[in-house]
Amino acid sequence: MSERKIRLATCSLAGCFGCHMSFLDIDERLFDLVELVEFDRTPLTDIKHCGPCDVGIVEGGVCNAENVHVLKEFRKNCKVLVAIGACAINGGLPSLRNNIDLWDCFQEVYQYEGGLEGGVVPNDPELPLPFDKVHPIYEVVKVDFFLPGCPPSGDAIWRFLTDLLAGREPKLDYEQLHFD
Amino acid sequence: MDRPETPDIAPLLTPILAHHGHDASKLLQILRDVQDACHIIPAGAIDLIAVHLGVPRVNVEGVAGFYSFLSTRPVGEYQVLFSGNITDQMLGQDDLMQYLCNKLWVESGKVSEDGLVSIAGTSCTGMCDQGPAALVNGWALTNLDRNRLDLIGELIRSRKPVAEWPPMLFETVDNIRRADVLLGEALAPGDAIRAVLARGARKTLAEMDNSNLRGRGGAGFKTASKWSFCHAAIVEEEGHVICDIGGHPERFIVCNADEGEPGTFKDRVLLNSYADLVFEGMTVGARVVGAGKGFLYLRGEYRYLLGQLEGVLKRRREAGLLGDNILGQADFNFDIEIHLGAGAYICGEESALIESLEGKRGRPRNRPPFPVTHGYQGRPTVVDNVETFACAAKIAAQGGAWFAALGTAQSTGTKLLSVSGDVSRPGIYEYPFGVTVRQVLADCGAEDPYAVQISGPSGTTISWKEFDRRIAFEDLPTAGAFMVFKRKRDVFDAVRNFTHFFAHESCGFCTPCRVGTALQQKIIDKIHSGHGTPSDLEELKRLGHLLKTMSHCGLGSSAANPVLDALAKFPDAFERKLAGLAFEPAFDLDGALETARKITGRDDEWAHL
Amino acid sequence: MSKTISIDGQSVPFEEGQTIMDAALAAGVYIPHLCHNPEFTPHGSCKLCTVKVNGRNVASCTMPAVEGQEVLNDTEELNADRLALTQMLFVEGNHLCPACEKSGNCQLQAVAYYLGMMSPHYNHFYPQREVDASHPDVILDRNRCIYCELCVRASRDADGKCVFGMSGRGIGSSLVVNSASGRLGDTNLAVTDKAVQVCPTGAILIKGKGFTVPIGRRIFDHYTIKQIQTGGGPHE
Repeated sequence: MSERKIRLATCSLAGCFGCHMSFLDIDERLFDLVELVEFDRTPLTDIKHCGPCDVGIVEGGVCNAENVHVLKEFRKNCKVLVAIGACAINGGLPSLRNNIDLWDCFQEVYQYEGGLEGGVVPNDPELPLPFDKVHPIYEVVKVDFFLPGCPPSGDAIWRFLTDLLAGREPKLDYEQLHFD
Repeated sequence: MDRPETPDIAPLLTPILAHHGHDASKLLQILRDVQDACHIIPAGAIDLIAVHLGVPRVNVEGVAGFYSFLSTRPVGEYQVLFSGNITDQMLGQDDLMQYLCNKLWVESGKVSEDGLVSIAGTSCTGMCDQGPAALVNGWALTNLDRNRLDLIGELIRSRKPVAEWPPMLFETVDNIRRADVLLGEALAPGDAIRAVLARGARKTLAEMDNSNLRGRGGAGFKTASKWSFCHAAIVEEEGHVICDIGGHPERFIVCNADEGEPGTFKDRVLLNSYADLVFEGMTVGARVVGAGKGFLYLRGEYRYLLGQLEGVLKRRREAGLLGDNILGQADFNFDIEIHLGAGAYICGEESALIESLEGKRGRPRNRPPFPVTHGYQGRPTVVDNVETFACAAKIAAQGGAWFAALGTAQSTGTKLLSVSGDVSRPGIYEYPFGVTVRQVLADCGAEDPYAVQISGPSGTTISWKEFDRRIAFEDLPTAGAFMVFKRKRDVFDAVRNFTHFFAHESCGFCTPCRVGTALQQKIIDKIHSGHGTPSDLEELKRLGHLLKTMSHCGLGSSAANPVLDALAKFPDAFERKLAGLAFEPAFDLDGALETARKITGRDDEWAHL
Repeated sequence: MSKTISIDGQSVPFEEGQTIMDAALAAGVYIPHLCHNPEFTPHGSCKLCTVKVNGRNVASCTMPAVEGQEVLNDTEELNADRLALTQMLFVEGNHLCPACEKSGNCQLQAVAYYLGMMSPHYNHFYPQREVDASHPDVILDRNRCIYCELCVRASRDADGKCVFGMSGRGIGSSLVVNSASGRLGDTNLAVTDKAVQVCPTGAILIKGKGFTVPIGRRIFDHYTIKQIQTGGGPHE
């Protein structure tokens, strides 16, 4: 049992993948990490669906129906769910649109100059349907841990992960705790 | 910003400003008059008022934005506000409001397209014994039913001025069901003042002390102590002592008739039928503390009493009971002015009331200093409840020992209860303190009583297991409300009503109350919609702790009482509404897609959650 | 002998007329606060500075210090409650730190760091609030207003102008400005006014000055708000 690696999944919902980029900023410590974990669904593995995992790390907020499906799949399969980054924690920059009427958003994207030819709002079921507002993931599923930052630094991520993987309550130093 | 164009407002404003002497402390009264005349506080009026009163525009805008009965957006020429207390709701208020809306083709909370009518809810209007109730342009309507609403609908459609509506629509009754010494034994106007003049102010204070009278507004502070602190107050202003014990200080007597606690209406009855007793008590207080000026702060919902109260004041002046040299006493000058509130429960808090009297936003002050030393205009001020002054008049006339012999040792005298809800005889019941809840329930014809809300939402919810508890400061203190719920009622509905009330009435000054009452409402609504979980109940307890311990004033610190009481005493009321043990999203996921579905015209499987 | 109170067991001297907060700040004892600024009349609205005096919670910025008071300040319970109030402030407005040029110099953010806030915890209100860019030199972003009324007090008491005021009530409270148009540009606010300097968050900002200090060199990047406000770090 002790040989079994921790199974880890990550994804980005309404985010910019900046947290994932920052994750890569742990640099050579990635070698230490892969000794401890194996990856399930992440942008690194290109696995499309999350299987049973120990830890799921979610970047980005919830801005559309598809986000909810992915988030719920993560919650269902991950023993521990972590919200990483400003967007997952309070909606972040995507939530700037919360002050804008959704109809205005659609018009701006599809109907005004520079939009699609014909100016028609698409009704394709393939397109994820957006919510009125962007929400943090903890308003949709239960979240166990939060790692703030936009993005959190590689050091903060490393500190957080090493605490978590060692079974400690993750704790950041003052300079590692940032909301930006 | 939404600033509707208005015609030249100056001709309308000039007489209003003149009537109030261009006095900035009358700002609220001025704005009330503007609202009456225009059905809005026009932006142009705010500019002019600011200029004429010599106050910053933001201050005028701040007051206009604070009170529910003032509006910087247009309301209907006829504004119907349905009383939203739980007792009104239990009498079918929600259906009645919808009925009138349908009848007049207007959406609740909006103004009809022709500007004729707007319909909305408002906090309890104090007619719980003769509800469902409402206000039309500020005037109290009672005993509403579909027949009356048919008539009201016709009157509005035919643009009949409210003053010409049939008087029966506005009929109110006292419903005094049990009278004791306060309501039962008459006191001739002037008797108490004569007794004070004969006995002297100091000895009258001693009688007040002996009576052990405690404030009837709910907090139960000993009245004699308050009066004596006010009398002894020394106020320093710019280094100068401007008044002291022996001199002729400027002190004020304020009667708190902002009876806003839902379910309470005993002050309404006192002011309707015992106004002399109340004014007599204020005059007694004035003599004891040495005040020259008094205010009656009358809640806006009771404006229908204003005319007759002014009449009583006029009569008392003519009888030498108010004004200069009262009853011929050379150094006894005292008069009373009535201020109307404008829909703000918080103004029942004494320091918020004083702010409102000064024409400001009704926001509780930081304490210390307390009003007894720094009250109205920074001067020593006594603020007491209507019933307290009535008791004081009785004590002045009949002595402290007489009063102290009534009730219990810690709670002397009698208490007026405003009984409403599931009872066959709602109304006013006066009992000596110490009466059991069970006794009251028997007397008022309570029907299979299950829970009683004592002293309104900010008070205590008691269950059927506690009916042997007593109405007394040492057991169940109360400002008077006594709302009865029968077994088949859902206690949760009352809790929900009360949380909405507090969120609506929070003044917004302090963080815990401003945000906490709004969060509490959100969680209760989530449970109501069938999406609650046990963690929501834990969150309610945590919020309750924050509200209770961190709030600026009594509104915030009691805003969680109905939730916490009901969680402790009626856990089933919550638990049977919970969705289950699992996490539930904070918002309606599928509902939050509705706008996008409408825009895209989609209704496929992926357009739903 | 000067009079003293005790804060968490530490003896703190005070002079007549000082509040508990005054005494604490003078002695270098940190009590978290947002609406308080020693230059202005105490306000007492944020309630972060709540301390326990003889078993009762009081706002330390408005409560006069009285000989012999036993004040509890840096306790687990009070800090947990302060964290909850801070979280309330975050969800009540629209505080998007990454998009705010006050980030790193923001007292709301710094208090949240100090109290170890990992998430806003409560569900967001996402209110619709107005941004007013009408003034040539100053921007007013109401999304970030926490109703501390420091600008209200500063404009009234220091600038003698009353540019700012409060309207609405409850969760619908709002910061209003002293012009018929409701626009900041139509008031007599000057960029040099004290009212422009005192905002603890990014609600009032001077235009053209954003992001001048790089990340890593902002006030709270390395120093806690406790260090800054009790003189333990560099002065602002």
